[in-house]
Amino acid sequence: MNFRRLFLIATPYFWLLALFLVPFLIVFKISLSDTAIAIPPYTPTLDLSGGWASIKSFFSELDIENFIFLTEDSLYWKAYLSSLQIAGVSTLLTLIVGYPIAYGMAQSSDSWRPTLMMLVILPFWTSFLIRVYSWIGILSNEGFLNQFLQWIGLTSEPLTILNTNYAVYIGIIYTYLPFMVLPIYSALEKMDGSLIEAAEDLGCSRLSAFWLVTFPLSRPGMIAGCFLVFIPALGEFVIPSLLGGSGTLMIGKVLWEEFFNNRDWPVASAVAVVLLLILIIPIILFQRNEQKQREADQ
Amino acid sequence: MAQPGNKPVFAPWNDPSKKPLIQFKNVTKKFGEFVAIDNLTLDIYAKEFFALLGPSGCGKTTLMRMLAGFENPTSGTILLDGQDIAKVPPNKRAVNMMFQSYALFPHLSVANNIAFGLKRSPMPKQEIPARVEEMLRLVRLEQFANRKPHQISGGQRQRVALARSLAKAPKLLLLDEPLGALDAKLREDTQFELMDIQEKTGTTFVIVTHDQEEAMTVASRIAVMDHGQIIQVDTPDKIYEYPNSVYVADFIGDVNLVKGRIGASDGEKYSINWAEGQPAIKAAGPAGIAPDTECHFAIRPEKVAIAMEKPTDKPNALQGRILDIAYLGNVSTYHVELDNGIIMKAQMANNRRISRRDLTWDDHVWVSFTETAGLVLVK
Amino acid sequence: MSRKFTWFNATALTLGFAFLYLPMVILIIYSFNESKLVTVWAGFSTKWYGELMQNDAFLSAALVTLKVAALSSTFAAILGTMAAYVLVRGGRFMGRTLFSGMIYAPLVMPEVITGLSLLLLFISIGLDRGIFTIVLAHTTFAMCYVSVVVSSRLVTFDKSLEEAALDLGCSPFDAFISVTLPIIAPAVISGWLLAFTLSLDDLVIASFAAGPSATTLPMKIFSSVRLGVSPEINALSTIMISIVTVGVITASLISKRSIGQRERDEQAALKQ
Repeated sequence: MNFRRLFLIATPYFWLLALFLVPFLIVFKISLSDTAIAIPPYTPTLDLSGGWASIKSFFSELDIENFIFLTEDSLYWKAYLSSLQIAGVSTLLTLIVGYPIAYGMAQSSDSWRPTLMMLVILPFWTSFLIRVYSWIGILSNEGFLNQFLQWIGLTSEPLTILNTNYAVYIGIIYTYLPFMVLPIYSALEKMDGSLIEAAEDLGCSRLSAFWLVTFPLSRPGMIAGCFLVFIPALGEFVIPSLLGGSGTLMIGKVLWEEFFNNRDWPVASAVAVVLLLILIIPIILFQRNEQKQREADQ
Repeated sequence: MAQPGNKPVFAPWNDPSKKPLIQFKNVTKKFGEFVAIDNLTLDIYAKEFFALLGPSGCGKTTLMRMLAGFENPTSGTILLDGQDIAKVPPNKRAVNMMFQSYALFPHLSVANNIAFGLKRSPMPKQEIPARVEEMLRLVRLEQFANRKPHQISGGQRQRVALARSLAKAPKLLLLDEPLGALDAKLREDTQFELMDIQEKTGTTFVIVTHDQEEAMTVASRIAVMDHGQIIQVDTPDKIYEYPNSVYVADFIGDVNLVKGRIGASDGEKYSINWAEGQPAIKAAGPAGIAPDTECHFAIRPEKVAIAMEKPTDKPNALQGRILDIAYLGNVSTYHVELDNGIIMKAQMANNRRISRRDLTWDDHVWVSFTETAGLVLVK
Repeated sequence: MSRKFTWFNATALTLGFAFLYLPMVILIIYSFNESKLVTVWAGFSTKWYGELMQNDAFLSAALVTLKVAALSSTFAAILGTMAAYVLVRGGRFMGRTLFSGMIYAPLVMPEVITGLSLLLLFISIGLDRGIFTIVLAHTTFAMCYVSVVVSSRLVTFDKSLEEAALDLGCSPFDAFISVTLPIIAPAVISGWLLAFTLSLDDLVIASFAAGPSATTLPMKIFSSVRLGVSPEINALSTIMISIVTVGVITASLISKRSIGQRERDEQAALKQ
C-alpha cells in the first residue's frame, strides 16, 4: 500500500521535475554562459569527469554578461517595454469590449444563457492559429474591412492596418475575449438581483445603480479577466508574428528570432529569464486576487 | 425503550460474567492541539443498540470513526472481541458503517451497491445474488433492485445504505446520524424500522446522533458526551429520570434548574435553601452531600403541578404569577414567575378540550411537587 | 441579476457575437471561392478542398498531429489524474508546495519559454528530436490542465464514498479503481479532450520540440500563412472548425440530455 502511494506521488512528481523544473535550470544556466561557435553553441559545458576542479572552473566561467548585454542593446529593453504596452493596452480594450457582452449575458433569460455560454466557449476550442489567421484576410489592404469602409465611403484610400500594432491589438482582443467575458459573467451572474432593486428603491437612477452597485461588485471578475488576458498576451508570439509588422516589437517574437535565426542561445535564455521575472509580479497579484475571492466566497 | 416486562431483561452491562464486545481503554485522540477524545473508557456489549449522543464537536463522530478504522487513537487501546484493532485497516475489520450522506455509489444500481461488499468478501460468487435478495427483502426494496441511487427517494436511499452495510453480516454496525436527512414524519417510522431490523439480525448497533428523542427511542443505552468525555452512560429512562449532572439534565428534555445550597439533610433527603424568605425545597438526592454544598435542584416540567389554590398534600408549594402559556396541543406549558423572579415551567396534559380555561395570564397560582419528583445535582 | 430585456443588452450581445464569429464565417464562405484571390468572390467551388486532399505535405502533417495528440492527451490524462489525486487526497509529503507549484506554473508560462527550455533539455541530454519529443512536451503542459480539471472535480467529491468502499472491504487501490475513477470519469474525459485540443492547436512548443524530421499541422499552417492568405488554408480551417463545432455541440447536447434525464428521474423518485 505504501509502495502504491509512493508510486502515485513519484510518477507525476518526477515527470514534472524532469520536464519542467530541470529544463528551467538549464535555461538559467545557459543564460549565464557565453556564446561560442560550437555544438552546443555556448560555453562552458559541465564536464563531471574532470572532478571537483572542473566543476569549480565551470562555475567560475558563469557570468551575467548576457544580462548586461540586454540592458545595453536598446532592442531588448524596447521590446520589453513595448510588450508591456501592447499587453496593457489590449487588456484594457478587451475589458471594454468584453464587459458589455458579459453584462448582456448575465441579464439574458435563463433559457438563453447556456447557449450564449457555449457561444463564448466555442472559439476557445477552435484552433488559435486559425482564429488569428482569419483576421489577415479582413485587415489587409485589399481586405474586407477596407472594402467595406470604401464601399460606405468612409475612406477613399485603403487604411494600412495589417502589419501594424493596431492589428496586434485586434488579434489579442479577438483571441482572448472569452478569458475576459467568462470571469466577469460569473461575477455578475452570482450577484443578487434584489441589490439593484434595493438601490433603485433607495433613489438611484438605473445608471447610478449600475455604477454604485453592479460595477463595484463585478470588480473581482474584471481583475481576474484582466490578468487572464495580460499574462499570456505579454509573452505572445503567434499574434505579433502573423498580424504585426517588422516594427512590432514583442518579446516572445524577439526570443524566437534570437533562438532560431541568430542561434544565440545564451541571449535567448537571458531574454526568457527576464521575461519570467517580469511575469512573476502579475502572476503573484493574480494568485492573491483569486485567494481573496475564495476566502470571500466561503 | 420497548422492553416487554415478561421477557428476561436485556441488560448485559449489569452482568459481570458477560464480556463486552467493544472496549475503549483510556483512549485519547488529538488532532494537532485539539483534543477530540479525552482519556475515554467505555464498554459496549454484543446485541446492544448503543447511542452516542451529544452536541456537534463533542467527539462522538471521532469515536465512531475510530471504530470504523478511519482514525487511530493517539493513545489508549480499542478492543473488538478482545483483540486490539489499532493495526487493522478499515477494509479488514468486521465492522461496517452507514454514512450520514449514505455514500451510495452513484454509478451502481441498488443491487450492486448491496453486493459491493459481498464481492470483496470470502463469500462464494454464486451465493451473492441470494444474499442481495435477502437484504432487499429485509429493507422492503425488492422492486427497486435495478434502480440507480438518484432514481429512488431519500427514505429508500437510507434503506439501501442500511442494507449495504448489513450485507456482510458485520459484528458491529456503525450508524452516523442515519436519519438526519429525513423529514420528521419519515424519521419516526424509520426509527422503529431500525429497531426491528436490529432485533431481527442480532447485530450490535452503535448510533451517533445529536437528536435526543431519536436516541431515547432506539437505544438500549445512551452515552451522553461533551468535550471528548462521556458524562453519563445509562438506559434512556435512567438518563431522563436520574441524570447525574446539570449538563445531562439540561441536554435531555426540558428541565427547571434552581440554584441553591444544601440545608438540613436526612439520609437521601435534603432541604435546599434557594432564596431569601422562601421555604426550602425538599428533595431526594444521593446520600452523603455535605451541608452548605452548592447544588442545583432539577425538576422536569411535567412533574410540576399548577393550581389556583395552595395544595395541602404536597411538601413543596411555591407561589407565583403566570407569565406565559405555550399551547402545544397535547400539553400546555405554563411559565410561572416565582416571587423572587425565578421562572419555573409547569406542564399539564390537555385531557379535555379547552372550553373554558381556568388559568390565564397574570393569574396568581401555586406550583407544587412531591419530595421525589425532583433531584439534587452537585455536578 | 435581475433579468430585463433592454436594447442595450441586445445590441451588446449582437455586436459581441458578431465580432467573435464574423471572421470565422467569412473564412468559411471564402473557402468555397472559385478564385485564388481570397478577398474577391468569383463564384462557388469546392476545388480548394480537392487540392487540399492532394497536398501530401498537409496530409502527412495532419497525421503527425493526430498521432501526437492521441498519445500526449492519453499520457496527460493518466499523469494529470494522478497529479490531481495527489494534490487533493495525497496528504502531506516532502515537497508538496513545489509539486503544486509545478502543476500551476505551466498554465501561466509563456509558450516560448516552455518550448525553449524543453528544447535545451532535449539537446543537453542528446535526445533525437521528432514525434517522441513533441509527445513529451505536450504531455508535460497538458497534464497540468488535466490535473486542474480533475482536481476541481475531486474537491467536490464526497470523501465518504471512498470511505464506504474501504469500509466494505476495498483496498485503497481497489477503492480508487471501482469507486473514485468511475465517478470522476467525466472530468477525466473532458481533461483528455482539453489535452487533445491543446495538442492539436499548439504551434510554439511543437516548433521548439520538433526536430527537422517531424512537422505538425500548425507548424505547416504557420509556415504557409506567413506567405499570406491562401484558399487552401481556408478550406483546411473550415474542416477544422466544423469538426470542433460538431464535437462541442454534440458533447453539450449529450450532457444536457443526461442532466435532464437525471432531473426527471429525481422528480419521479420524489413522487413515489
